[in-house]
Amino acid sequence: MNKLSNYQINYILSLADSTLILGQRNGEWCAHGPILEQDIAITNITLDLIGQARNFYQYAATLINEVEHKNETEDSLAYLRNERDFKNLLISELPNGDWAQTILRQFFFSSFMLLVFEELEKANDEQMAAIATKSIKEINYHVKWSSEWVIRLGDGTEESHNRMKNAIEALWMYTGEFFIPADYEMIDVASLKEKWLEKIKAVFEEATLSVPENTFMQTGGKNGIHTEHLGYILAEMQSLQRTYPGAEW
Amino acid sequence: MNTAIKKYYYGDIPDGAADNSNIKNNTATENAWPLWEVFIRSKQGLDHKHAGSLHAADAQMAIENARDVYTRRQEGISLWVVESKYIHASNPDDAEMFYEPASDKVYRHPTFYDLPEELKHM
Repeated sequence: MNKLSNYQINYILSLADSTLILGQRNGEWCAHGPILEQDIAITNITLDLIGQARNFYQYAATLINEVEHKNETEDSLAYLRNERDFKNLLISELPNGDWAQTILRQFFFSSFMLLVFEELEKANDEQMAAIATKSIKEINYHVKWSSEWVIRLGDGTEESHNRMKNAIEALWMYTGEFFIPADYEMIDVASLKEKWLEKIKAVFEEATLSVPENTFMQTGGKNGIHTEHLGYILAEMQSLQRTYPGAEW
Repeated sequence: MNTAIKKYYYGDIPDGAADNSNIKNNTATENAWPLWEVFIRSKQGLDHKHAGSLHAADAQMAIENARDVYTRRQEGISLWVVESKYIHASNPDDAEMFYEPASDKVYRHPTFYDLPEELKHM
């Protein structure tokens, strides 16, 4: 396998893993949302994320089968790879915490992914560009929905403001990883940082919140070095396929 | 707990009662968001039709909730929301005097009349 296609496959898998794992996490809110309408909203977003993950896994499987003559499918890539093979961003595997933490994670993640997909749309990989075009419509809504929640809670009561502050404290250290390129990364993520920060600051200002300074940043997710939380997610998510290989319903 | 619950019809909800504040000792509903009615236009040129109701803190959230709850399966291209307390409705108790007198007056339908052959475009 040549290096270029190896990079390309790893990059597609990293996007697939981030969207799948965040989808799996958000899915935990199903039937536990703070109110019925928001329960549906967060699970809608979850389904969008899983849909994006499926597109990436299917594309990755096609490429892997082409260059390595294997028989991978979207399911085998999602359900039969090990923890160290997953390249998702660390922020996507963190526990949901309270509602503030969940919506702040979505806001950080979606604001970043919007920029990533805008780059991918311009890339000369047709398949990636097509996935990006389709996903951008969904992500625009995720950004709108989550940023409105950040403003609502940040500029809300003392209780909600404090919860947002705690959420920022818990999550900020996982945002640095967005902009540190892995060797397989096909776009220049470092160049997206300014734009991302601009968006975050604009929303935070309206939410009467502030961006932390000089925080230590966690890294590793893109290269398979994860927090202790990922193993538990995979155990739950993969146990059925591993116990009953090929099971369908 | 022995609490009488008064049920309001649309349009009969007095100010301040939309949040079910007449139901005592119920902390879950004490801070509840108000109810909104959702209207959806399924395609250009058609009217907005009532689709259902939902809870939301304000109009913006009501529109987004309506998007998530009622338009997931391509049901519409335009949404209206209105807080339920602003909808005034006829009382079901009045149904007899409101609607039944019309039931034996078929001549109010245009199809009741025979039109002359010469008359076009009716």
